[in-house]
Order: sequence, then structure tokens, then C-alpha cells
Amino acid sequence: MIWQDLALFPEMSVAENIAFETLVGGVPRLISYRALRDRAAAALARLGVDLDLEARLNTLPIAARQLVAIARALVSDARLIFMDEPTASLTQSETDALLEVVRTLSARGVAVVFVSHRLAEVLEISSRVTVLRDGKLVGVYQTEGMSQSRLTELMTGKFFDTVVHAQDKSHHRPVLEVERLTRKGEYEDVSLTIRAGEVVGLTGLIGAGRTELGHTLFGMTRADSGTIRLDGKPLALRSNRDAVAAGIAYVSEDRLALGLVQPQSIADNMVISVLPRISDPSGLISRGRKRDLVGKWLKSLAIKIGRPEDAVSTLSGGNQQRVVLAKWLATEPKVLVLDAPTVGVDVGARAGIFAIVRQLAEQGLAILLISDEVPEVYFNADRVLHMAAGRIVHEYDPRRIDLRAMEEAVYG
Amino acid sequence: MGRFIRDYPTEFRLAIVLVALCVFLSLASDSFLTLGNLTSLLNNNSVNLIWAAGLLVVLIAGGIDISFAVAASVVQYVAVYVFSAIGGGNWAIGFLVAGGLGLALGFVNAALIHLFRITSIVVTIATFNAFFGLLMFITSGKYLYNLPDWWTGRVILFEQQAADGTWAELTLPVAVMAVALVATWVLIRYTTTGRQLYAFGDNPEGARRVGINIGRMQFIAFGWCGMMAGIAGLMQAHIVQEVVPNALIGRELDVLAAVVLGGARLGGGRGSVLGCVLGVLLVAVTQNGLNLLGISPFAFKMVVGAIILIAISTSNLKFGAIAGIGRGRH
Repeated sequence: MIWQDLALFPEMSVAENIAFETLVGGVPRLISYRALRDRAAAALARLGVDLDLEARLNTLPIAARQLVAIARALVSDARLIFMDEPTASLTQSETDALLEVVRTLSARGVAVVFVSHRLAEVLEISSRVTVLRDGKLVGVYQTEGMSQSRLTELMTGKFFDTVVHAQDKSHHRPVLEVERLTRKGEYEDVSLTIRAGEVVGLTGLIGAGRTELGHTLFGMTRADSGTIRLDGKPLALRSNRDAVAAGIAYVSEDRLALGLVQPQSIADNMVISVLPRISDPSGLISRGRKRDLVGKWLKSLAIKIGRPEDAVSTLSGGNQQRVVLAKWLATEPKVLVLDAPTVGVDVGARAGIFAIVRQLAEQGLAILLISDEVPEVYFNADRVLHMAAGRIVHEYDPRRIDLRAMEEAVYG
Repeated sequence: MGRFIRDYPTEFRLAIVLVALCVFLSLASDSFLTLGNLTSLLNNNSVNLIWAAGLLVVLIAGGIDISFAVAASVVQYVAVYVFSAIGGGNWAIGFLVAGGLGLALGFVNAALIHLFRITSIVVTIATFNAFFGLLMFITSGKYLYNLPDWWTGRVILFEQQAADGTWAELTLPVAVMAVALVATWVLIRYTTTGRQLYAFGDNPEGARRVGINIGRMQFIAFGWCGMMAGIAGLMQAHIVQEVVPNALIGRELDVLAAVVLGGARLGGGRGSVLGCVLGVLLVAVTQNGLNLLGISPFAFKMVVGAIILIAISTSNLKFGAIAGIGRGRH
């Protein structure tokens, strides 16, 4: 069984993590590190991957840890491997490598159950697809002849139209203007403009510098050179507090860890960014103002909750993402930076989130949508910037290019 | 060597600091680098090191124990009565009784932690008070001097007279300390049980999923710590030749600080016997040095506190880059 949240031991070596099973059960006994390494090396060889057996696991990237988890399953001569969203935190190229490993495994007679809501990879890797919806079996289908839109329909029970929403907004007033922004080792010579009501997509492979650029726009890192202008006025951000004050909101990539305080209530999470505004003159939080604010955003973002006092951790991924959005929208920003807003969110909820994003744009917000999933920016952005090795290499108009061509350009 | 630096960055840095400190002290004071001073350093720190070995195992398994020094006092007191009841005893019975009583007290901690799912810090704060309170209540704080002769008689393993006529000697507690350290090292490094302890401390849920018996881990960790506490108690009474019920209280924090200084992580999964030894020795050598340099003993605690703060806060800096590894851990 390979678990989504990785049941590995970060402080221990790769070899021990892979061959840990040989250390469990039976009477306590002395161990041979050589035997352990041999065992682990054999499992990695079967996978056809090469990792430093002595390396401490927490020095490896997530993708390599995923391979360690799979190798562990092989050590126990698993004939059935159950992978629960193994690609949830992997990039495209890492995912491709993992799928290759899955193919190797199945060619050697190992049965693999691959649980995922990334439909493209499901279609790519599987021979049969089982669709579940709300805990009920919808059906079992042969992958051959199955399409992504048909699968989406089966999963959600609705038909999502895939329409390009791009519009020409070049006559709108520029809100955020970035000129020749450079931060050594992260991004170089980046210029971009986001206009009022415009959704600008920013895509590219992981490591292209997208998230790093987002961090600078939010004042968390400082550029070495270049200028940022907001509403025509130069902006010097010394911290993210400055950014919030100036009207820039940033929804982080790692929503679960960085964006929310999971055990706290939905209401508390929403107002955390605007505590001074809901306080009365004595500095205490006004219950009435808090209730009004929370009620307003619950309604306008259609967040499905039990009670505002419930813990955020009780919500689904899609609704959690909406709570994060509400938290930042409550600061009444002019610019909203969304970094990978749909990671860990299922297909149905994604459509809902993008509907909100477009609605926000219509209200005049300038939005930068960062995503490594090209279809997301293709269908939802007005313009798409392609970033590679720290530079913006191309700008696409989704109305003038088809999705396949854009995917090929980005994924190479 | 490069691998050692990478896998044990804390131990490596500590070793460098300790060596530098020793070099400085041997230049600054004539009496530091003498056989007599070094052997007395070992004699005086053997009890702390035995405790440290026990505590290390608990820290690796993700727990914490602050009751062990008080447990050692309880063991000393009970042992005196056990020995007088059986008409004397000897070293073999002594180790058995002290280790066994300590083990039992450790099991009390483990049972409370495991059965009632209470965090170890809360449990051991409670048992720290309960053990000490019971001991003081029952004994009314009375000192015991009527220890059997085998217990208080000095056992000298090695002695040598220096030119100035002073004696350098190593005593029994040093040997016991060495055995305790080696046994702990073998346990945590080379047995399946030891690796399970690391795994359990590192990722308890992951450990449960690979089939590690969680309850067993708690009993082994706290049992080991208790056993070491009992043996350390036996050694401490041997050195001072009396049993004083409140003699050891407070020492637990010194040991805890030294072990954490040695790279054991509060929270589990990391720590080594080497680091433990270096941590205890660094604190000991610092105190010894301050003493030899004629600095007020009232300054000791302050300096030790400063060392710990500096060591812990600099451990987050990227020393890896300096050692040529290129990338620090976060």
C-alpha cells in the first residue's frame, strides 16, 4: 500500500526506508546494514531508478520519496500495489517518470490500483477505470475509447463545457506593471502588465521561477533590480504586510500548510487577514463585524459549510480553497496572485473555483493565475505567459492557439 | 569523513568546539591538560553520562522524561532497605536491584503514556512530583548513612601518581558508564528494536502502519531510561557514600540540556550516543575550565545557558556550505 501522505521516515536513510520491513516483526535481533542496503538496491534496480542509498530521506525531493515508497512495496514482493494519489505533489516531468515506473511494474506482472483525480494520467496509465462518485460506484470502463470529458461527466454527473474564456482587455487600465524584474538565481528580466479585470495566466515547468516571482510580488522576497508599479505608482515592498496594505493578495501554493490554520474555525480563518478592521476602538474583536464579514463571503463565494465555528479541517479541498480566497478577498485587494489554486481539488470543485476567479475579474480585480497545468490557464486566462528558466519566453492568446500546441510548447 | 559531516552535522560541530575549547584551556591553565584533571572529569561526569544514555533513547523515540533523576533517588532509598532486608548483598545483586527498580519506575511512565494516551511531558512531570513527594513524605527527608560496605568501598580501576604527588585514578562508575554507553549504542544502532525506536520517533503514524508495536516502543524507551536512572543512582550513592533524598532533584534539566545540545531532537527520530557524550562533555569541560580559570561558580549556570543558546541557534545556520557540502538542511 502506498499512501498519499507517505508513511516514510524522513530522518532515516533511503536504504532503511526501503527495507524497513525486514526490521519489523520476529524477535529483536542485530541488523546488518549491508544486507539492508543489498535488499534496497535490489528493489531500486527492479524499478530501474538510481538513488543514493545512504542519503537521509528528508534531503530528497518529494518525487524521489515517492519512488522510495514504491520500492518499499517491492521489497515485500507486493503483487498488488495500491497507490493513493501518488502524483498529487509531483510536477509534470516527475509524474511522467512515475508513470514510467508504473508501466515497468505492470509489465512485470504487478497489479496496480492507481487512485487519482488527474484524469489525463488516469487515461494514460490505466487499462480499466473505475469511477466513484459520492462514495458510490458509477461503473467500470475500459480505458480504450474513454475521453477526458466523458470521464469528467461520469465523475461529476455534470457536463463541463471547455470554453476558452479569454477576452481582449488591452483597453483596460493597467493595475500592476512589472518592469525588468530580476532576482539572481530565481528569475530574470521579467516584465508584465496586469490590467483591471484581467486574468493573466503564468505557466511553465516547475523551477521556471513562477512561484518565486509570486513571492516577490507579495513582498516576501526582494528583487535585485527592476520596478513594480501599482496603479501607476512605484511600489517598494519590504514585507508581505506592505503588500497587503498596498492591495496585493497572494493565495499560496501550499494551501493546506501555509494558507489555513486547519484546527481553527472557518470564521477565524477568514478574518485573520483583517483583524484590525473588525476590531472596535478598544482593540477588541467585534463579534458583530466579524459575523457580517464572514456571512458576506460565505454567501458570495458559495462556500458549503456546517457552521462558521466548525474547524476548517472538516471542509473538502474545494471549500477550503474558497475559505483561503475569502480570507484574502476580505483585505479588498486590487491584485490577486493565485499560485496553483487547484492542487488537491477535484474536477467538479475546480470548475467552481474558476467560475469565482472569473467573477472576481469582472468586478475589476487584476488576477495573476500561476499554474503548471496548461489547460487551466488556457481555458481561464485572458492571456498566458510562458515562463522557462526564470524568463518569460512567450505570450499566448488562447483564442489564437489550440490547447495541444500550447501544451507542447510548455511541456516540451 | 565527508559522509560523517553530512550525516552528523551537530556532532561534527560539537567535536570541533570541544577540541577548540580543550586547546584553549590547556594553553590558559597549567592544570587542565593533566591526567589527574582529565580522569576526575570522567569520574565526576559518569553519573550524568549514564543518565544521558537512558534519556537519549526516550528522546529518539519521540518522548521526554524529566522524572529520571528523582526516580534514581527513589531507587537509592528503596535499595538501601532491600539490601538490609536480604542481609547485605553484593555488586551483582546491587546492579540487579537498582536496574530492576529503575526499570519498574520507567514502566510506570510508559504504562501511563500508553494506556491513557497522555503526552510524555505531562506524565513525567506528574511522576516527577509523585515520586519525589512520596519519597519525601515517607522518609521525612531523612539521610541514610548505613550503606553496606561493598557499596561505599572505592573500586579503583586505574591509578597513577603524578610528579607532584597527586593521584590520577579511574573508578568503577567510569567503567559502568562505558558499558552503559556501548550498550545504548548497540541498542539504537544495531538492533531491530533500536531502528524501530528511531522510526517511531520520526513518524509515529508511519511506524504504526509498517507494523511496529507502539506500546512496546514506549515500554522499551522508558524502561531503558528508568534502568539507566537506577544504575546511575547506584553509582551516585557509591561516590558520595550516603543517600540523600533530595540530592538529585534538578539534575534532570542539566542532563536534558546536554543531550539536546548533543543533537538529539525534542520530537524524536534524531540523536546519537556520540552526540550525547559530546554534549555532556562540552558542558563539563566548560565548568571545569571556568573553575580552573578562577571564575566565580555563580557564573557557571549563566555560561552553560549561553553555550546552549548559541549552539542551538547556530545549528540552524548553514554550516554545510562551509564544510563543502553545498546545501544546508531546512
